[in-house]
Amino acid sequence: MTGRAERPQRILVTGVGSYWGGSVAQALESDPDVEAVIGVDTSEPTIPLERTEFFRTDESFSTLGDVVAATDVDTVVHAALAVDSTRMADQRLHENNVIGTLNLLAALSQDGSSVGGVVVKSSALVYGAGPRDPYFFDEDARRSTRPRTRIERTLLEVESQLRDFVEERPEVRVAVLRFGDVVGNRGHTPLGRALTLPAVPQILGFDPLLQFVEQTDVVRALLFATGRRLSGAYNVAADGRLPWSELITLAGRVPMFLPPLFTGVALGPLAQAHVLDLPLEVRQVLRYGRGLDNRRLKAAGYTYRYTTSEAVLAQSQVRRKSSRRSVHSSEVRA
Amino acid sequence: MPVEGANPRGGELIHLRQPSQPEPDAGPRRSDVDGWGRSQRVRDVFARLYEPLYRHWFRVEWEGLDKVPTDGGALLVANHAGAIPVDAPLLMHGIETELGRPVYGLADRLFRTLPVAGTIWARAGGVAAHPDNAYRLLHDERALTLDFPEGTKGTGKLFTERYQLQRFGRGGFVEIAMRAGVPVVPIAVMGSEETMPTIARFEAAARLLGVPYVPLTANMLLLGPLGLFTPFPAKIRFRVLDPVRFDVKPDQPRYPKGRVHTEAEAIRAALQQALNDMLAARQSVWLG
Repeated sequence: MTGRAERPQRILVTGVGSYWGGSVAQALESDPDVEAVIGVDTSEPTIPLERTEFFRTDESFSTLGDVVAATDVDTVVHAALAVDSTRMADQRLHENNVIGTLNLLAALSQDGSSVGGVVVKSSALVYGAGPRDPYFFDEDARRSTRPRTRIERTLLEVESQLRDFVEERPEVRVAVLRFGDVVGNRGHTPLGRALTLPAVPQILGFDPLLQFVEQTDVVRALLFATGRRLSGAYNVAADGRLPWSELITLAGRVPMFLPPLFTGVALGPLAQAHVLDLPLEVRQVLRYGRGLDNRRLKAAGYTYRYTTSEAVLAQSQVRRKSSRRSVHSSEVRA
Repeated sequence: MPVEGANPRGGELIHLRQPSQPEPDAGPRRSDVDGWGRSQRVRDVFARLYEPLYRHWFRVEWEGLDKVPTDGGALLVANHAGAIPVDAPLLMHGIETELGRPVYGLADRLFRTLPVAGTIWARAGGVAAHPDNAYRLLHDERALTLDFPEGTKGTGKLFTERYQLQRFGRGGFVEIAMRAGVPVVPIAVMGSEETMPTIARFEAAARLLGVPYVPLTANMLLLGPLGLFTPFPAKIRFRVLDPVRFDVKPDQPRYPKGRVHTEAEAIRAALQQALNDMLAARQSVWLG
């Protein structure tokens, strides 16, 4: 780590075609200290980008080694992990998350790699959700339930790859950000999206406590971890753990009750008709809730713009308001 | 546990402040449910329902209520009895109305799996007994937290074993109190055993249903299915014992197992002694 710049200057962003990667690249572009932004993805960015160099890759990032070697990047923001199983088939989840990260880490391990830091956008799905859980997971908590879905297994495997990588390459800083359920008009996870439905699914007799994070707070947290050169695991979820019924009210919606028994069976036809897809890992949260201890990232200096209730309210009001808060370049140096 | 200096690989992080107090949602709210699922409004409804039971059915009397701390976290531990126990709601109601402090009641996580009943339980202050939950309540939120170290072994025991304290788990409650740096306040409960005496247990049915026990109670024999919801009007007495403070540094990763066990056994012995004294002084199950 000798002779490296104090601040990240040449940054590679994976998943730049998504809202997350694209927004991170966009914010980095406006930072004059950032010399180069390199974006990789399987598809062109949808967020307007000006000076980001875009490299198209296959879904498992098999050409990343060449990109890293050619561009001399010092920092990687790995925003390509899929965390929403309703948006990607199981087979692709494995290619994208497991093999994709494997290829990324291989690229960073090759001789002559100048990468000193990696920031990974992971998910609270690694904790699962069940009746034996603590009400607030801290970063060292172990999950109490066995992972039963492909998305959870791929994310757990990614985290295990990262732990091995940290052991093999202690000189590279690795920060893993585990995001809670996301609300926002551009970026969201299934439960955030559920709050935009005319009738919001709720399991009859259960009113779990949920914690959300607003979409721009997600992007800001990634930029914060990059700029502050964090390492280690961090939960990212807003203050406030609210009953699902209250969140439905805040969103201006009404509940649609699902049977407490055979919930998955009842949802089957709706999922097939593409009306409402609530995979198992999401249904567990609708039953037991999930809370994240967000104090570690706050202690590092990060401040949230939104609480859980503000985030849900903002999403429901965004249709009326055309001007939205955007992420500013100063966040990088926050 | 959210430990200080949390960054495992150190170096880069500057800890400007370590917020030990979790921050509530300051945004717009539509309910008063807190991060544990407790709602003061629901508690107030329960208080109105419970008050007549507390005053007239069980005629609860306290001894040493002034020993319950009026501020700061404290772990209240009591003996647990009755097939469907009334001790938890009565203790919570009593302390909340007499001292005006909320009490969180730790209970089996089974409650979290029950539709409707589980939600009401949480709104009324029930919290799943997980060490991290207890620590956060006691240390970070400085709350009164009620625990029954006997667990379901206390409520599942037969009437012939009444007022014989069961094993106190593995003394986990002592370790939590040590780590959180709070006192343990033992409370001896007299009369709870007679509210719903268990005459027999059906082990096979319990295994089949996945519950700790399926009892046949005297109430069911007398009143049929109504007996499930009708505890006998035994006179209930609570005796608060001297708070036990541990002379150890809080927030240690572990405490000597032997010490924890010894402290737990001492608290158990003190409670048993108090129960024996109260039993000896009791003249009538119904009048006290």
